[in-house]
Amino acid sequence: MRSILKASIAALGLAAITVGGTSASGQSLSGDLKIFLDTSNPAPRATMEAVIARFQANHPDLNIETTVIDREEYKTQIRNFLTANPPDVATWYAANRMRPYVEAGLFEDVSDLWNEPEIAENLASTKGAMTIDGKQWGVPYSYYQWGVYYRKDIYEELGLNEPSNWEEFKANCEAILASGRKCYTIGTKFLWTAGGWFDYLNMRTNGFDFHMQLAGGEVSWEDDRVRQTFANWRELIDMGGFIDNHQTYSWQEALPFMVNGDAVHYLMGNFSVAPLRDAGLTDDQLDFYQFPVITPGVALSEDAPTDTFHIPANAANKEAAREFLRFVVSADEQTEINNGNNLGQLPVNAMSSVDDDKFLNEGFAMLSSNSPGGVAQFWDRDAPAEMAKVSMEGFQEFMVKPDNLDRILGKLERARKRIYE
Amino acid sequence: MSESSLQDVRAVNGGGSWFHRNQIAITPWLFLAPGVLFFIFYVISPIFQSFNVSLYDWDGLGEAEYIGFQNYQDLYWEFVDRDAFFVSLKNNVIWLFLYLLAIPVGLMIALFLNQNVWGIRLYKSLFFFPFVISQVVVGLVFTWFYDPTFGLLNTIIGWVGLGPINVLGDERFVTYGIIAAGLWPQTAYCMILYLTGLNAVDPEQVEAGRLDGAKGWKMLWHVIIPQLKPATFIAFVVTIIGALRSFDLISIMTQGGPFGSSRVLAFYMFEVALSEYGFRMGYGAAIAVVLFLIMLCFIAYFLWSMWKEEKGAR
Repeated sequence: MRSILKASIAALGLAAITVGGTSASGQSLSGDLKIFLDTSNPAPRATMEAVIARFQANHPDLNIETTVIDREEYKTQIRNFLTANPPDVATWYAANRMRPYVEAGLFEDVSDLWNEPEIAENLASTKGAMTIDGKQWGVPYSYYQWGVYYRKDIYEELGLNEPSNWEEFKANCEAILASGRKCYTIGTKFLWTAGGWFDYLNMRTNGFDFHMQLAGGEVSWEDDRVRQTFANWRELIDMGGFIDNHQTYSWQEALPFMVNGDAVHYLMGNFSVAPLRDAGLTDDQLDFYQFPVITPGVALSEDAPTDTFHIPANAANKEAAREFLRFVVSADEQTEINNGNNLGQLPVNAMSSVDDDKFLNEGFAMLSSNSPGGVAQFWDRDAPAEMAKVSMEGFQEFMVKPDNLDRILGKLERARKRIYE
Repeated sequence: MSESSLQDVRAVNGGGSWFHRNQIAITPWLFLAPGVLFFIFYVISPIFQSFNVSLYDWDGLGEAEYIGFQNYQDLYWEFVDRDAFFVSLKNNVIWLFLYLLAIPVGLMIALFLNQNVWGIRLYKSLFFFPFVISQVVVGLVFTWFYDPTFGLLNTIIGWVGLGPINVLGDERFVTYGIIAAGLWPQTAYCMILYLTGLNAVDPEQVEAGRLDGAKGWKMLWHVIIPQLKPATFIAFVVTIIGALRSFDLISIMTQGGPFGSSRVLAFYMFEVALSEYGFRMGYGAAIAVVLFLIMLCFIAYFLWSMWKEEKGAR
């Protein structure tokens, strides 16, 4: 209670400061504010409802109406409600994932918010991900690292160490396979998990810039550098490193393999820590390392997907919506909503503090000091939707039938020519 | 006779307004009007709309760009390249043929259940049960049944020393696996149709057949089945349409996977136009038009045979 109170007082103060620079309306917001959220899982939902309650406390005259939509449903519903019945604030994702709505003129240009010193200075690290055509189209509220989560106790049992390069990575896998376990758990039924593997293998093999060119359709899929990425991937597949039948499982269904000790690693986002802990793994059993170097000299880069808030272009109460966006990205709110009791992710505001959690600390250190190559959003957010879909299907097929590589790459190349024309 | 009574009505109302004079002719149309309007608005006009949309390149959000038959051309090339469209079409054909198995199996079960023993109503309801539960539940149950590590199927075939097989993860088996799941409720449906049909079988004809020495298969083929023709017709229509619009099971069990090998046209259409990564409304509409044309062949055939039947009866 005390912390909420403190946060709201601080936020009030902050609102007063920012208001000075822009319109003088911050204190007397009124009317309706409709907020659509995709945070349907229990913890994020509670977090968001608490944020909105604090915002409401600051603006008692505002009539806030919150609608929470199932996360998967939201992805298909967004295009309907943005055109037909837009809310004032809506959650979405950064980078190319917001492009269709930006290009259709359905998201409000919020570059003015990004010109305010409070946001310009403290959110600089995510500005690129929010920018299309030189303008910003929303604000981030949370992001999280990707990396290799592994069973520390099994590493100790087998006398292994965290690998720092590709050879050690493979050698560890050999040792794990020899002990009768699988190296990597994964569930590719919904495809995107394979996109994570491709992100890392391609960024480590060819570097961040090449990866982004590929996502932007500037490089052929039949390029030798792309083939090298797949050749590296194939080494792990031929070794038998991945669990069998992964094409039938969702990412959640792949968790038990790790929990039961049948598989040792999981290349995943930090959101996998919560279910792994819930399943009974302690911090002594579970640990994290950065995906190792493959091509020496290629600068390390990471995936760190960013979740965002946007104002639909047809929103009715943009003034209140802007105020809400300012409130959500403020340092104290960021500290609060991303802490271990709430989202358990990383705050986007540089003045916020990262919650004292092993994985968050490690992830934050990795992203802020050990990712010189750049920070990617994720394959299905960096590549256009259609290309992401076709390619991730290709990745899945490759993981099951590596011999089909030529056919797959041919298909992706044809898709590239059509999609980016 | 009826002519004269009409005259009477007119005589009673004679001299009234135009509406009063034509009341009898207009009334049926008035009663039909809501239905006709809804049918035109929700069924007929979307057909033309879909065809129209299929000529555009449209992401469903911004401006649509007219591209003529480009979408159909793309579909053609996908067919030639044995890409997603080819796979979907092939799977649709497999669905069409295998789904028809529901009819003979349904008939068999109906014949088996068409007897008077104690508790037969309970058995009938149990056999009908799969049709009552939602397709979503059927899909989930079969997904667990097929699960490669924990599923019942692999346990069972393990007893005879086979397997393990990953039905839903193997592009060779996945479509058959889903069809098997779909057959479960569809068979129940056909069974119910035949059970009601069997009630209408004329016992005198059966008796006559028996006197002439018909038994077993002969009796079934020459006496019973011809009398079940109306039920067979309905079962056929329902099963064909069901096979062509199979969507829910695929969506629940595999999402079209692995790597798109269990797609059918209906699912592919949804995928390219409406799903998470789908923004090609025009292309989706083109697939819908193709699916519609295929269905149209069957619908036309059904209507034609119904019309022929009625003409013959007259």
